[in-house]
Amino acid sequence: MSKFKSKKDNSLPAVNTASLPDIVFMLLFFFMVVTVMREDNLLIENRLPQADQVEKLDKKYPISYIYVGKPAKGYEKFGTEARLQLNDKLAEISEIQAFINSERAALREELIPKLTVSLKVDKEANMGIVGDIKKELRKASAFRINYTTATGDATKNLD
Amino acid sequence: MAKRSAPEVNAGSMADIAFLLLIFFLVTTTIPKDSGITRKLPPIEENDEDVIIKEKNIFTVLLNGKDQLLVEDQLMEIKDLRKAAVKFLDNGGDGTCTYCKGAKDPKSSDNPDKAIISLKNDRQTSYAAYITVQNELVAAYNQLRNRRALELGPKKGFSDMDFLAMEKAYDDPKFIGNKEKLKEVIEQIKIEIPQKLSEVE
Repeated sequence: MSKFKSKKDNSLPAVNTASLPDIVFMLLFFFMVVTVMREDNLLIENRLPQADQVEKLDKKYPISYIYVGKPAKGYEKFGTEARLQLNDKLAEISEIQAFINSERAALREELIPKLTVSLKVDKEANMGIVGDIKKELRKASAFRINYTTATGDATKNLD
Repeated sequence: MAKRSAPEVNAGSMADIAFLLLIFFLVTTTIPKDSGITRKLPPIEENDEDVIIKEKNIFTVLLNGKDQLLVEDQLMEIKDLRKAAVKFLDNGGDGTCTYCKGAKDPKSSDNPDKAIISLKNDRQTSYAAYITVQNELVAAYNQLRNRRALELGPKKGFSDMDFLAMEKAYDDPKFIGNKEKLKEVIEQIKIEIPQKLSEVE
């Protein structure tokens, strides 16, 4: 009898963790696939205002981004007034037409009229610079624009 | 000498490595949140032909440098703007608009096709205030379009869908139903209640 008794173990068996790496890898691949590395390194502050009547920006069509805001921490040498950023550097209003043309040059011909300009403007900026940008875009005949916003209650913008 | 089998590699730390990578990607991931208010800029017109529009068909919204809102020369709170815009668009003063439910005030707009909202802002206006006003005006149009869609939808076989739901369904590749017909309804509503929002420089 004692022969059998000695083998009996009362404690619970340990949970098998052999499949843990598989689960983690699964998550890893998910995040690797959905990750979009930031396209532009922002030199300016960019806190978007909120709005609730928004439309999704279609990724089917080409999008160019124009960022506006006052220079971020560490870039104070560029002043405290709102500036605009095209690609990776601060730019002047007069450079917008050249920027749109270079964006267009990279596109297939049938997509050129579909180019949408996404204006990512900091909520602290004033309309003067936005008006100037719109005027330049009209001159460059880039008529499709999108005021990119966060989704939320619009009335909270003014607090 | 006897042939020795190679020792098995210890895979116990694989989970740790995978976790490390996972955390890296978790931190660097920014889910793209690109959505916003889409507008079409007017082309620069060469000819200076004056278009005559009746005063009553224009709804003037002025946003001054101190973010104060002036609607039809009256000071207004932003929260009242949507209602005022809906009232103006929905007025149907000349009686040609069969789907309007407004007051039919002869002093206000004739019909939604003629009604124009004119938005003017100052250089000092903050962008936040501008977006809020744009948002409210778009909301006013959407409110009317939604109402019209709920009236029109059941007749065409799209019940319980407001305008936004219709547009969403139209873009949805998995939508089961007659897309041609849906497009017709959307186009009809867009013609009946056009977004005529002009920005003054």
